[in-house]
Amino acid sequence: MRAIKIIEPGPLATVQDQGRFGFRDSGVPVCGAMDRQALRLANLLAGNGAHAACIEITLGGFAAQFLCDARFALTGAKTLAQCGGSPLPFWEVHFARKGEIIQTGPPVSGIRTYLAVQGGIDVPELMGSRSTFLRGNLGGFEGRSLRREDLLFVGEPGKTGPSFPVFKLPPELVPIYSANARLRVLPGPQIERLTPEGLQTLFSSEYVVSNRSDRMGAMLCGPAVELSRGGDIISEGAFPGAVQIPGNGQPVLLGSDCQTTGGYVKCAAVIEVDLPVAAQLGPGNTVGFVEVSLDEARSAYLKNEYLLARLYENSAKAGGAT
Amino acid sequence: MPEVTPHAASPAQWVRYPQCRLLLCGDTGVSVEFAEAIDPWINRRVRSLHKRLKEGAYPGIIDMGPTYRCLFIRYDPFLCSLEKLTCIIEQNLDIPEAQEEENERILEVPVCYGGPFGPDIKEVGARHSLDESEVIALHSAPVYRVYMIGFILGFPYLGGLDERLCTPRKNSPGKAVPPGSVGIADRQTGIYPVASPGGWWIVGRTPLKLFDLKREAPFLFRAGDAVRFKPITRQEFESYKDH
Repeated sequence: MRAIKIIEPGPLATVQDQGRFGFRDSGVPVCGAMDRQALRLANLLAGNGAHAACIEITLGGFAAQFLCDARFALTGAKTLAQCGGSPLPFWEVHFARKGEIIQTGPPVSGIRTYLAVQGGIDVPELMGSRSTFLRGNLGGFEGRSLRREDLLFVGEPGKTGPSFPVFKLPPELVPIYSANARLRVLPGPQIERLTPEGLQTLFSSEYVVSNRSDRMGAMLCGPAVELSRGGDIISEGAFPGAVQIPGNGQPVLLGSDCQTTGGYVKCAAVIEVDLPVAAQLGPGNTVGFVEVSLDEARSAYLKNEYLLARLYENSAKAGGAT
Repeated sequence: MPEVTPHAASPAQWVRYPQCRLLLCGDTGVSVEFAEAIDPWINRRVRSLHKRLKEGAYPGIIDMGPTYRCLFIRYDPFLCSLEKLTCIIEQNLDIPEAQEEENERILEVPVCYGGPFGPDIKEVGARHSLDESEVIALHSAPVYRVYMIGFILGFPYLGGLDERLCTPRKNSPGKAVPPGSVGIADRQTGIYPVASPGGWWIVGRTPLKLFDLKREAPFLFRAGDAVRFKPITRQEFESYKDH
């Protein structure tokens, strides 16, 4: 049986892929990995296509047993991890023997770790995705977070096997997660609703991530961002990475599970390549915002996409990532 | 035809059109904003653009969300540049000014008002000096329009609420509201598809399932639908549930 059994899920573990697109007009949030980059790199190392489903482990404390031989990889928030008694470096390919147990400790930096197993976590696809939507009790594994004793099936590993050369990621692709992040943003659709002082506050202050944060959004605490005429707008599209300012002036940074529509001012949007940095911020970490140009955001995005595309291409040539 | 609200001077990165503007939503999203108003004609323009782009099946457009007055578009700059997207949007904006007749559906939604299903109906009535039967009569009289679907899993935002029932949102969102709950907030009324915390005033509940994966069309409503509420008794509510 190609499967893994959950022994201990930790505070929150869910099945996630790149997200659910195309159903926003029915009020279905994107969901998917908070740190999409770490998920894609985990899949690459495990020999999966970028769309395969992984386990997103929040704040470590996770343990599972492999019920089959498996190639796998760990990426994202670094923790002390081991499998079958051997330590597991992150961002590398590993092989587990049937019966071996993988364990992760508390994260050293970042909060979200990704476990990719070759073949991908085989849960039914719903609306084009295997992501879990927790509030809607949909998708993923039975629409919920993982529990002890859950049995997750793993897909067939395609053509590759353990003979595939073990490789590591180029060091420039291994991110460093900081507890004091500077997130690059573009002006949001309602930036004109901030007073000049509000704008100044937003770009010069440090905000602390509250412990009331989740996959829907990170609540930030710090100097209130002043609005010129209240925080309400006629409800319109909300999206991951948007920085919302409710009436109390405390920014909310929206995450993958955010509602599809919202009625708060969106004063800024974190650029796509910095969303993984935002995703790894935990309670007590600090965050500041720095404005960049659209050109800078675009070249960073395209550079990253080309790099990943090339890695996938090379790995496909070598017989991986089908 | 209502006037489109003119916009104040805009930053340079906004691309302007005669009657709408393109607002950046990060480097992978844009919002095509038609006005700052809740208005049937403006909403029709949003939905018309959405329909055209959907039919066009343009590579690189990966998700779209029409709302009251904006169309949110998520795109992949790797597959479609912002410049190209702008051209695509521009091409699809040229719609005739005359109101196109929509392929309209009128859905009748049975609602059991008041009692345990509508715990806020008395408060709504008290705020407008109406008794419960008047609230029910006023709420079930109009033909509403589904302006948009959003928030969570098929939540319909209905416009056309009688002004005598307009009630600002609750100060703090209440605890989880059961699925099917019919609520009022400001000038809108809406129905909760799944249990969710909400700040709307709950006046009744429908036995219809707004979201059911077992159905061929999992979502009951689409933007543009017309909706009429039909008051039903508790017994009728229970008999619906048996279906």
